[in-house]
Amino acid sequence: MSDNTSEFSADAGDGETADPTADDMVIETDVASATSSSETTTTPDPIIRSRDLDVFYGEEQALDSIDIDIPENRVTAIIGPSGCGKSTFLRCINRMNDRIEACRVEGELSLRGKNVYDPDVDPVALRRRVGMVFQEPNPFPKSIYDNVAYGLEIQDVEGDHDEIVEQSLKRAALWDEVSHQLDSSGLELSGGQQQRLCIARAIAPDPEVLLMDEPASALDPVATSQVEDLIEELAEDYTVVIVTHNMQQAARISDKTAVFLTGGELVEFGDTDQIFENPEHDRVEDYITGKFG
Amino acid sequence: MSGDSLADDLTRRTQNAPPELLSRTFFFVCAALSIATTIGLIVLLTTEAAKFFTFSAPLVGVEGETATVVEFLTGTEWQPTSGRFGVLALVTATLMVMIGSSIIALPLGVGTAIYLSEYASPRVRSILKPGLEILAGIPTVVYGFFAIIYITPMLQPFVPGLGTFNMLSACIVVGIMIIPMVASISEDAMSAVPEELRQAGYGMGATKFEVSTDIVVPSALSGIFSSFILALSRAIGETMAVTIAAGSTAQFLNPFNPATYTERALPMTAAMIKLIGGDVTGGGLAYRSVFAIGITLFVITLAMNVISDYVAQRYREEY
Ligand SMILES: Nc1ncnc2c1ncn2[C@@H]1O[C@H](COP(=O)(O)OP(=O)(O)O)[C@@H](O)[C@H]1O
Ligand SMILES: [Mg+2]
Repeated sequence: MSDNTSEFSADAGDGETADPTADDMVIETDVASATSSSETTTTPDPIIRSRDLDVFYGEEQALDSIDIDIPENRVTAIIGPSGCGKSTFLRCINRMNDRIEACRVEGELSLRGKNVYDPDVDPVALRRRVGMVFQEPNPFPKSIYDNVAYGLEIQDVEGDHDEIVEQSLKRAALWDEVSHQLDSSGLELSGGQQQRLCIARAIAPDPEVLLMDEPASALDPVATSQVEDLIEELAEDYTVVIVTHNMQQAARISDKTAVFLTGGELVEFGDTDQIFENPEHDRVEDYITGKFG
Repeated sequence: MSGDSLADDLTRRTQNAPPELLSRTFFFVCAALSIATTIGLIVLLTTEAAKFFTFSAPLVGVEGETATVVEFLTGTEWQPTSGRFGVLALVTATLMVMIGSSIIALPLGVGTAIYLSEYASPRVRSILKPGLEILAGIPTVVYGFFAIIYITPMLQPFVPGLGTFNMLSACIVVGIMIIPMVASISEDAMSAVPEELRQAGYGMGATKFEVSTDIVVPSALSGIFSSFILALSRAIGETMAVTIAAGSTAQFLNPFNPATYTERALPMTAAMIKLIGGDVTGGGLAYRSVFAIGITLFVITLAMNVISDYVAQRYREEY
């Protein structure tokens, strides 16, 4: 099943991907225009780039000509009123939209210079490099250990799985609470713990990008702040793209903010400080100050 | 709204209104009827079976005494007209039907369910699911003839010495018969697995096959087990198809030896049909043995139900 031969899957099937660093990927996807990364620059090259991205559900247009450059190893927040296409955009990045029959994507969305909608891209391989955390915690009905180890198993990740599971749970700030009960079901945890388990599960196979769709919206305030702290820490090693409808949250944890507004437009994208303190567009200011939306 | 009228609104009136009373009584009678019927059947089975085991008078056409409970349960020879009542000959035949049909129906049924729930497009599913239900609705006597007219002749070139009547065809045809049940119940259980879990799997980079086998099937396990137990109960209780296909000759066979499946045999239900439809007169020993088989069958089916409940509890879906 998994022996598709696209550039993405070739990479995923190969043992060296235990540590897929940035340079690895650029070499392996022999795209001439690959924007090679010089890791010393202060503003890194975009890891995700979209141009003229349109998404339709049947006749209805959900995203309208989105151009965005999402930087590496930063937290990028996507905010906007409900129904403006935030989730839709996130699902474009790892092609989870493929599962929606009515959904049609046009334009370009690239991961490190490779358009993920090219016909030779295997969505399975893509998703192994772009992890996702969902709005509702959705642990598998398996043990805590098996939840975290699942990605390692299906991706044949080399190395000591026990060790990786422990590390991932530690990074998700869950280890202390569950280290003595790794064999019990992930469903026995509280909502906040489940969401951190889902984060541990997503980071265990060491993806390059972590997509989070309102990961704290189903959580209580304490669990929310734990998850927020976690996201800030993760940004040291991962590119995090997080959808949130909570503006304080976006302001607190993100480096960059993209404001989508009704009609599926990306109205403004820039440094979070600038967006919240001095937005260019009146509509964005109105939205941020709560005048509508 | 004044306080008074609020108090009026809240007084109990609907609970004892005539239509409410009437419908409550009606539904109670419905429930009571089905329970009473069940109890009546159990009492009938037990008392008639007890009469079989306590029969003492020598009988016309029957030499010797009736069987004791131990003889009945441990005997391997079934010859009611000559006073041999070893029910094991029948139980093993029933076991063969269970084993043989399961080997066919469980994998194919679950495979069909996975296909319908995870792979088929809504359009294909909307055609196939009713198709399965039609398959389930075909009278079982048709399956019996299907076995001797098509299945056996088809098998004969490959299985040397296969007679017209044999357990193999009976098992295959019962297996085909219960596939829709396994598929339909398992598919319901799989469709009930929340989409979020699949999303989680696909989001991790799982293939469709991995999502189906690692996530959907384990999550739907208790429903799948229930479908197995129900299908097996159906296989045990199945009468017409096996009576026609298996040849109505009681033999004690080893159900775990594949070679024995080319033989004829007489499962419990078929034995009962044969006794009732044949030369049995009311009140005789052979007539009473029908109830002895019946209660044995009842105990087995009851045990299956208990196991099924236990399994459903144990592997309850928790998502
Ligand atoms: N599966 C779907 N099928 C049809 N329309 C959808 C689907 N998902 C989202 N939409 C539509 O696309 C638009 C954007 O939705 P979404 O991306 O979920 O917005 P947000 O996450 O910003 O609330 C909405 O108008 C919504 O109705
Ligand atoms: Mg959303």
